[in-house]
Amino acid sequence: MTRSRSLTVRPAGRRALLVELPDAERTAAFHAEVLRRRAAGTMPPVEEIVPGARTVLLDGVPDPQALARGLTEWEVPRGAPDDGEVVDIAVRYDGPDLEHVAALWGIAPEEVAARHTSRTYRVGFCGFAPGFAYLTGLPAELHVPRRTTPRTRVPAGAVALAGPYSAVYPRATPGGWQLIGTMPDPGPLWDPTRERAALLTPGARVRFVTADALTAAGGTT
Amino acid sequence: MTAKLTTVRAGALTTVQDSGRRGHAHLGVPRSGALDATAMRLANRLLGNDPDAAVLETTLTGCALRPDHPVTAVVGGAHCPVTVDGRPVAWGAPVRVPAGAVLNVGTATAGVRSYVAVAGGITTEPVLGSRSTDLLSGLGPGPLRAGHVVRVGTPARPVAPAVAVPWPGPPGELVLPVRLGPRADWFTPSALRTLTSVTYRVSPHSNRIGLRTEGPPLERATTGELPSEGIVLGAVQVPPDGRPVIFLHDHPTTGGYPVVAVVAEPALAAAAQATAGTPVRFTPG
Repeated sequence: MTRSRSLTVRPAGRRALLVELPDAERTAAFHAEVLRRRAAGTMPPVEEIVPGARTVLLDGVPDPQALARGLTEWEVPRGAPDDGEVVDIAVRYDGPDLEHVAALWGIAPEEVAARHTSRTYRVGFCGFAPGFAYLTGLPAELHVPRRTTPRTRVPAGAVALAGPYSAVYPRATPGGWQLIGTMPDPGPLWDPTRERAALLTPGARVRFVTADALTAAGGTT
Repeated sequence: MTAKLTTVRAGALTTVQDSGRRGHAHLGVPRSGALDATAMRLANRLLGNDPDAAVLETTLTGCALRPDHPVTAVVGGAHCPVTVDGRPVAWGAPVRVPAGAVLNVGTATAGVRSYVAVAGGITTEPVLGSRSTDLLSGLGPGPLRAGHVVRVGTPARPVAPAVAVPWPGPPGELVLPVRLGPRADWFTPSALRTLTSVTYRVSPHSNRIGLRTEGPPLERATTGELPSEGIVLGAVQVPPDGRPVIFLHDHPTTGGYPVVAVVAEPALAAAAQATAGTPVRFTPG
């Protein structure tokens, strides 16, 4: 195990390293640095770059030990970069758990939309299903627990909260998150025939806007 | 003229597989691909195909196919009886299947997954660069059902002259070389000794996502939850019941249970052929 300042490098088999960071913000910063170095051609070859909640997995690396030594020399800027593209997602705040979440937040149900749309989120990582993005950016006082009993079917387009994350379900699956709303047209979230299959990729920034607001502004829902 | 294969009998689980999808794990897309990549490549080579051309992967009970034009096929991987219109033909070597005849891939007599390669390769529409069926996330063609038709490409090269080739047999005992994984420190020293000193057995609940094992549970040194993190192929993940699960090709790309060790990728082909009850030993390596 190699320790340098704030990162811990853990081996993950013969061809991979799991780089662990202290928090989501420094994970985002490290992930951005990996992408920057790869784009600049100064990264050793790596097949998969998979961010997690506090980690970045570098898989398909010919010489992980050499890369691990190199990582200790990296200067990674502090703070999550704020230059990711911004994606707007139109939401109708009509989820079956809206009242429950409002109670947990100590506000009226009709105020949930204002709270949820008032900040910019960042795709920390993806997983669970193709196109399912874990969005960071909710302050600690708005974190909510998962449901005690998961639903057997959460519809595609459901806008959901769990722990520190917001997410939108790209397709119908079982799920234990609190459902606060609906993305009326979830089709763009995942389309493997499109050049960029996933709408929300790690590092992208996301704003939720009320579907009504978009209509009023002349957009489409 | 390219051929079409009609599925006469789909078997327990028959899927289209090639070498899988690379470079999309960060979007939640598993690698997928043939679990016994060695068998897939060998079958393709015998036909003059690209080694990674798409094939059909069966599970225990084989399948039956009827081409509308003559094709040359190789059935390899798990040992099984192979017939054309009821007449026994060679396993593990090229066989000619006339138009309208039924190629039957019988129930495996040893191993789990047989591979049906056809000269020209299976040419279903690729998704994200691969024709593989991904059972976890539902990418690629769905598992074959009776009546399904798959297309075959034009053979690029003549079929290799008939030669005897050594097919690896299925493991009587599955020996998996492992290195300690990223979360080995979440387990007690005694659990780490147990992992490499005890014989586990393959659980019947194994599938393309993971090879589950039965044996003594591995004791955790830490409690609490692990934030979701990226997982490699061959990761030995330990769920709360303590029984190691070896992640195979359709495994989720991120997960929240600790990975105690990682199996070297070349050993996973044998893992794909280990039937329920097969002894499993994890050895340092």
